[in-house]
Amino acid sequence: MRIHIKQGHLVDPAHQIDKKQDLFISDGQVVAIGKAPEGFQADETIDAKGKFVFPGLVDLQTRLREPGQEYKATIASETRAAAGGGITTVCLPPDTTPILDTPAVIELIHRRNEAAGCAEILTLGALTQGLGGTQISEMYELKRAGCVGVTNARAPIANTLVMRRAMEYAANFGLTIFLHAEDHSLSKDGCAHEGIISTRLGLASIPEAAETMAIARLLMLVEQTGVAAHFCQLSSAKAVQMIHRAQFDGLPVTADVALHHLYLTEMDIGYFDTNCHVIPPLRSQRDRDGLRDGLLNGTLHAICSDHQPHDPDAKLAPFSESEPGMSTLDTLLPLALRLADETDLSQSDIISLLAYQPAKILGLNIGQLGVGARADLSIFDPEVSWTVSPETMLSKGKNSPFLDWELKGQVSQTLLAGKTAFKR
Amino acid sequence: MKQLDIQLDTQGRLRHFLTIEGLKRDILNDILDTAENFSTVGTRTVKKVPLLRGKTIANLFFEPSTRTRTTFELAAKRLSADILNINIDTSSTTKGESLLDMLRNLEAMHCDMFVVRHHSSGAAHFFADHVAPHISIINAGDGSHAHPTQAMLDMFTIRRHKQDFTRLTVAIVGDILNSRVARSQIHALTTLGVPEVRVIGPHTLIPREAASLGVHVYHDMNEGIRDADVVIMLRLQRERMQGALLPSANEYFKTYGLTQKKLRLAKADAIVMHPGPINRGVEIDSGVADGPQSVILEQVTNGIAVRMAVMSMALGRGPEGAAE
Repeated sequence: MRIHIKQGHLVDPAHQIDKKQDLFISDGQVVAIGKAPEGFQADETIDAKGKFVFPGLVDLQTRLREPGQEYKATIASETRAAAGGGITTVCLPPDTTPILDTPAVIELIHRRNEAAGCAEILTLGALTQGLGGTQISEMYELKRAGCVGVTNARAPIANTLVMRRAMEYAANFGLTIFLHAEDHSLSKDGCAHEGIISTRLGLASIPEAAETMAIARLLMLVEQTGVAAHFCQLSSAKAVQMIHRAQFDGLPVTADVALHHLYLTEMDIGYFDTNCHVIPPLRSQRDRDGLRDGLLNGTLHAICSDHQPHDPDAKLAPFSESEPGMSTLDTLLPLALRLADETDLSQSDIISLLAYQPAKILGLNIGQLGVGARADLSIFDPEVSWTVSPETMLSKGKNSPFLDWELKGQVSQTLLAGKTAFKR
Repeated sequence: MKQLDIQLDTQGRLRHFLTIEGLKRDILNDILDTAENFSTVGTRTVKKVPLLRGKTIANLFFEPSTRTRTTFELAAKRLSADILNINIDTSSTTKGESLLDMLRNLEAMHCDMFVVRHHSSGAAHFFADHVAPHISIINAGDGSHAHPTQAMLDMFTIRRHKQDFTRLTVAIVGDILNSRVARSQIHALTTLGVPEVRVIGPHTLIPREAASLGVHVYHDMNEGIRDADVVIMLRLQRERMQGALLPSANEYFKTYGLTQKKLRLAKADAIVMHPGPINRGVEIDSGVADGPQSVILEQVTNGIAVRMAVMSMALGRGPEGAAE
């Protein structure tokens, strides 16, 4: 199958391309940019005039809810939502049911994705068995089964010795460790940032120190063990400063931020809007600005969706009793591109934060469109205006904090390894 | 974001009573004036007015309460409404789904008003967001968020003793962090124009952003109580005395308990209030609680008139006719 993508504006930060260029694909790979290879006969021509051609986005944190919570969402529904949002690779954390701590479960996910999926699924293996925080997992087996990293997700590892051993053991196999910085004794029972809103509404709060204390502890261990560590979804300005300092000191640490933390603050909770219940919590305006600065100064290497689709009942409860998490695959790309209007980031910078840089964190040769790369890409129409609503969202989870937001730009087609994975 | 004035109908009248926050001074004064009219009902031989005859009110209590539930019940009966008391075992209703199911079932019984007490902040808003349009919700306490009728009965009591809110210094002492009463009192006091609202307590019991509520924060009781016109003591829940919030009830009494000696630092005519039930010897000395400056029992009595006012206003019956 040979495809010619015609007259699109190609954005490929990995190769500093940001101009109108034709793209030629053969057998699922990019074979030429600009000029057709000799004798190239396209089986299909995609007219991308007036549209952008972006590398497929790589999302570092996506809950699919399968296996275990198929009433919330499935591999089929969520990978389709991903493809519809220009995302071609998603990383699945291990907190599924059953937990991703054995090769069998990981194989099961890949089998199901082969049957129903519209995007590539990468798995993050459990750092401790059953995410229990006491016994380290069989990381060699997990790596062999295809895990691109290990993490304990949001489950605590209270014992610092276990954390240290887990890091040492992960380093043994060159596995990147994905860390969620949360001191559970400080965040205990909390559901909102410790600030003016939790004070006003009387909500149990999560102090900034729940994040910074955990980062301090983890950074000391990273320094001792030399493991490659990636900090997931930072939420406070102070955390960005700490990671910045650690990078300056030469520690092998990277970090990402969830897109909603770049737009929303505690104020958006209003009068108990459960769609704004998320962990880590939405923090202050100052924190939001600090996170944006972290993207500009290179401390934060990636923007992820932290997609957590829910069934309607999960959010139909008083705030603290509702389940945390937001459905964000549908809004990731158009909302991230809006940062070009609101910050000094260029469109190309933003695509890099969504595709090339997360791929680098994973150590994979995706998220870019050089010759020889797998043809994962989206065709993006910047002129379409649409309103976020349960009807326009593809994810089965309609729990978006951005409902009723007017967005500009939409993916019209997505290719995964040169095959159409989604078309609007 | 959700509609901000969910408490008011399109004409700006009270529809639900969920929180003091966001209500104008006029509405609060209306509640106090209406309550004033109702306050004589309890002293008559026939302790009833026919304002809410034919209306059905359900007390939905997800958390145990004797006094609040009883005064709501009495208030409803004095307005001639029918009242159901429903105590809900929270262990069987932790999922939002069953909470909504329960709401639908109660709606099907053609109730006109739900008086809701719940252990989660925001529960009253949740009910108001999902209830059928003809039903009013009165918040009888939700988590640490709000207890607006308690705050209004406190305002009623203060007004009876002090008349002009705009010249007062009011000190609230104790567990501000976990107190829905304190949050509602602060909003009521600031809305009614009290120029100086103070909160007094140890760092562990005062939210870090307390000043954002428009209050002055004191950690030294002697300083905070000085020249106050009104001293409001909060109940210290037993569970706060375990763990890291406080070392012991004994030490709490020594540092923040109200004694006759400390009370002398306030104005000579200062009144002492407490939302009850009192922990004698923990937050307040018996001599003060039963002393001449205490208005604690008056608060209880006033609670009935204030709740009558709120119920009648939310069900569309104004103060007219109440005094006859």
